Amino acid sequence: MESFFSRYRNALVLIAVLLAQVIGLATQVRRPGQSASDKGGVRLIRAWEIGLISVPEGILHGIGHGIRGSWMNYVDLIHVRQQNKSLQAQLDALRLEEASMAEDARQAQRLQALLGFQEKYIYKTVAAQVIGTSGTEQSYVLYIDKGTKDGIAADMPVITPDGIVGKTRDVFDHTSQVLEISDATSGAGVIMADTRIQGVLRGNTWGQPEIVNLSPDNRIKPGEPVVTSGGDSIYPRGLAVGTVDRVVSQPEGTLVNVLIKPAANLERLEEVLIITSTGSQMPAAMQQDLSDAQQRASDILAERLPSREDPNAPQTSAGQNANGQSTPATGGETSLPTPPPQPPPAAHPDRFSTSSILPADEMVPGQRATGQAPPAGSGATPSIAAPAPAPVKRHEATAPNATGTGAPASGSASGVAAAPAKRKPVTPAESAPETPSKPANGQLKTGQPEARQPATPQSTQSTAPQGRV
Amino acid sequence: MALMASSRHEVGARTYPWLVYVLAPILALGLQSLLALHFGFFALIDLPLLITIYYAISKREPISATLVGALIGIAQDGLTHHPLGIFGISKAVVGYIAASLGVRVDTEHHGTRLMLTFAFTLAQTAVLYLLERHMLGQPFAGHWMHELIKAALNALLAVILFALLDLTRRRE
Repeated sequence: MESFFSRYRNALVLIAVLLAQVIGLATQVRRPGQSASDKGGVRLIRAWEIGLISVPEGILHGIGHGIRGSWMNYVDLIHVRQQNKSLQAQLDALRLEEASMAEDARQAQRLQALLGFQEKYIYKTVAAQVIGTSGTEQSYVLYIDKGTKDGIAADMPVITPDGIVGKTRDVFDHTSQVLEISDATSGAGVIMADTRIQGVLRGNTWGQPEIVNLSPDNRIKPGEPVVTSGGDSIYPRGLAVGTVDRVVSQPEGTLVNVLIKPAANLERLEEVLIITSTGSQMPAAMQQDLSDAQQRASDILAERLPSREDPNAPQTSAGQNANGQSTPATGGETSLPTPPPQPPPAAHPDRFSTSSILPADEMVPGQRATGQAPPAGSGATPSIAAPAPAPVKRHEATAPNATGTGAPASGSASGVAAAPAKRKPVTPAESAPETPSKPANGQLKTGQPEARQPATPQSTQSTAPQGRV
Repeated sequence: MALMASSRHEVGARTYPWLVYVLAPILALGLQSLLALHFGFFALIDLPLLITIYYAISKREPISATLVGALIGIAQDGLTHHPLGIFGISKAVVGYIAASLGVRVDTEHHGTRLMLTFAFTLAQTAVLYLLERHMLGQPFAGHWMHELIKAALNALLAVILFALLDLTRRRE
């Protein structure tokens, strides 16, 4: 017996070591519902080792960061001024974009409040340096130089300004382990921005994130943005995840996986942000930003666009061209009030012309026109029957003129004349002398009714009797 | 049988300063973690495995090589989020085989080191595959061409690294 152990001592030691580790592995295997964090002795071993490794890693990382920072901040400054200028222009453009989105954001907030939807806003983040990785292809984890002493806890989202990175897993005093979204054991709820297809994101065996187990859908195209859906209770909704790379069919079954190109550069991470606090109310700083956005945007517009005292501007009155028609406002004149449109002067005035209408205080109820309209250009005012006042607004609003500028076709006066014609039809005997077939001045203008052709049916009805009056 | 040991000197165990025994694994783990952060291709390299192989073929004691391999492997597991023991088991097996072969093979030759490291890298991959895929039921990232390239890179680096570590050996 003694010779057996001495003869096979090496093999027995190997078997004992392997058996002990297999038993240790068995005790660490977790069921799906259990927490991902380690407990007891395993956590202690990891803490010791990471404490031992992170110190030299931190020193080496600090040295490298210092050298790189010295070079980039004091030596490699070529084109910095030009780059600064272009960044300033980009900042202005982003402010304008922010202003355009501010109102949408407010509206979205109101709608979410109506629907009882609880939005998650980022209240506080902690910046951290990435100091190491697992160093193997089997595990996509990072180590950062912040831990429980800095307010970090397990299952906190880790992001960069470009997109999400992962979540914290094991947290120690001064270091934390971050499980990347490219790891096969990770998981995040995501939604495709265009098609609104939701799914679960996890890494494949090659370290590329993918949305798994989706039904085939032809609408999924490469390049479609993917954002977090907020359904996993870890990542706030709307954070950038990446873009669709391609769709691959699963070897078995009819489902597909959608490979994602991550928005954050997971292979070259140096600094990350850990979201330590979220809430359902919009932070005060964000509200202030939204309210300031409009003002800043208007300031930028005022600086960039032609000023109101532009010496090269045409000498016509604001908002009106040479014909007196309103013109679309452009450029810096957007804020100037547009004067009310004036109808063009009639080439051959008749009793319907604006200038031939009696003032309201001179009109007599029930009195009809006494006869023919005065000849054109005579300047005499015809005596017409002045019917009861009609709702002028109705005709002004529904009868655009032929130029499509939105102005009443013949001013408010034509509306006054047309409205009673509709409400109180006149008899043929009464209307005979005033029928359009008999020109008032021998040159009846049919332009007004024709000009109302594009009008709405309501305005057509209101203007049709006008021709018979 | 050109690779077989031909003299007592060749099969004799080498000794190193104790600082090398302590610092070499720690440096290997630290550099592996740090360099893989800045150079993505460095994830193909397995410095802890190279240290395990070098220790085994230098000491030529299967028991100590098994224990050292297990310890280095468990330490490497500690940097991942996997259960402790996956790399521990694979490196214990590699250490045992390397030490057993080191008694019979001339491990001073660079060609021998190249081939041994190539073979041991593949052996570790095979053990990892068995453990992760069939024992733990986890997905395993591997492709035969990828593993061959990985083994070749580790073998080439091993030749350089082993020559550097030879400089720390105590003169007899």
